Amino acid sequence: MWRLLGLLAVLVSFDASAQTLVPYRIENGAITQSLTGVKGDAAKGRAIVVERQKGLCLLCHSGPFPEERFQGDLAPSLAGTGSRMSEGEIRLRMVDSTKVNEKTIMPPYYRSEGLERVAANYKAKTLLNAQEIEDVIAFLVSLKDDTQK
Amino acid sequence: MNRLACLVVVIGMALPAFAQDARKSGFDYMGPDTQAMQKDDLANPGMLSVLEGETLWNTPTGKAQKSCAACHGDATQSMKGVAARYPAMDDKTQSAIDLAGRIIQCRVERQEAPAPQREGRELLSLSAFVGRQSRDMPISPPQDAKLAATRAQGAALYSARMGQLNFSCAQCHDDNAGGHLGAAPIPQAHPNGYPLYRLEWQSLGSLQRRFRNCMSGMRAEPFAAGSTEAIALEAFLMERAAGMKLETPAVRP
Ligand code: HEC
Ligand code: HEC
Ligand code: HEC
Repeated sequence: MWRLLGLLAVLVSFDASAQTLVPYRIENGAITQSLTGVKGDAAKGRAIVVERQKGLCLLCHSGPFPEERFQGDLAPSLAGTGSRMSEGEIRLRMVDSTKVNEKTIMPPYYRSEGLERVAANYKAKTLLNAQEIEDVIAFLVSLKDDTQK
Repeated sequence: MNRLACLVVVIGMALPAFAQDARKSGFDYMGPDTQAMQKDDLANPGMLSVLEGETLWNTPTGKAQKSCAACHGDATQSMKGVAARYPAMDDKTQSAIDLAGRIIQCRVERQEAPAPQREGRELLSLSAFVGRQSRDMPISPPQDAKLAATRAQGAALYSARMGQLNFSCAQCHDDNAGGHLGAAPIPQAHPNGYPLYRLEWQSLGSLQRRFRNCMSGMRAEPFAAGSTEAIALEAFLMERAAGMKLETPAVRP
């Protein structure tokens, strides 16, 4: 699987009517280059992660968010993400988790094509924009301690 | 189709008395208060709709000035088990028809009355009244080879990824049933309580309305009420739930 991903270098293309996506390259199971070149803001990233209508993360994940009730139990805790994987590996999972696990239930946060029956309000839009992706990554990278839940 | 669900259906139909049935009604995922509300006819808000449906059943209407009862008589006899075997084939159109569609047909063609609205009060009450006559009876989909294509379409839709969130129904209701989506326990999506009173709706609603709820959660374009797709999903879920008991009118959170 990983070797296969390593061979795979995907450049995202888009048509003019769709939201303009920043092209990215997948190498060795990671996207090492920042999507924006602007360093992510971990505090903004945290806010996106806990926001139910925006990040949606806590529908499935738990994590070190003692103030948040009702965290989901469909996915591993986000605690310690930054010590388990590199920034580039996290970026690939955020951009499009199906590139890591084809069957994953985790939504692709930076993809707008190849989706079926998307409701009109959301058509041709990504779940998060490129800078929001970078903000979330900056936050996840900072989660080094996996003893906190 | 999900292999587990397939196996479960096969076992459920072949050996109902012996097999350990892994299928659970949405009822089993509810708290004791909501369960008690469903079980007590005096507390179950869906029973008000059943009573309203009974009144409609006995009221002559339309150009024909006939009541449902004028043709069908005592519903406790004539409608017993009917809801447990829909969707069925409609001989005239040679396509699958759901129970609500059948009631619309009688209202329009036999009573010569205006077509009741899908999800409108009149149709929901009549559906609840007809459905109530099958309460506690096992779901018994028709052994009709002509429904195979409809069920296959429903199975394909059930496992198709849809919407901006790219979920399939099966990912939640087969792979993650029993887990929690935020606070909400994920049930197995059985169709055995409809129409039912949903506390979140504060009203009675159909199975197809429930599909639309899940689909808007997926940020997908929902299947219209009475559409081929919605009826196909319903036919697939009824077969998947074959042998499970009808609870109409159920209560859900
Ligand atoms: C619908 C459920 C769902 C949602 C929503 C979701 N995830 Fe995930 N996520 C998963 C699952 C399940 C996995 C486990 C790997 C897999 O199955 O692909 C996962 C894996 C991950 C991983 C890799 C973790 C590891 O230790 O392997 C990260 C990081 C992650 N998710 C972050 C996020 C963030 C951040 C959000 C919100 C912006 C989010 N996820 C939203 C279901 C979800
Ligand atoms: C992200 C997870 C998720 C997806 C995807 C999903 N559902 Fe659901 N569904 C739920 C949850 C959670 C509930 C229970 C809601 C509650 O109790 O508030 C539910 C409830 C239901 C019920 C009610 C069961 C009962 O006991 O009355 C049905 C039927 C259903 N879903 C069908 C579907 C269908 C069909 C699809 C695909 C079009 C689908 N769902 C997609 C999470 C999901
Ligand atoms: C003029 C007579 C007449 C009236 C009035 C009438 N029906 Fe019917 N109904 C029929 C006939 C005849 C059938 C059988 C059609 C068939 O087998 O295709 C039928 C079939 C049905 C079925 C399907 C039964 C099954 O076994 O599959 C339902 C449900 C039903 N009617 C409900 C109603 C309701 C509810 C009303 C009042 C709103 C109503 N009908 C009014 C004559 C009538």
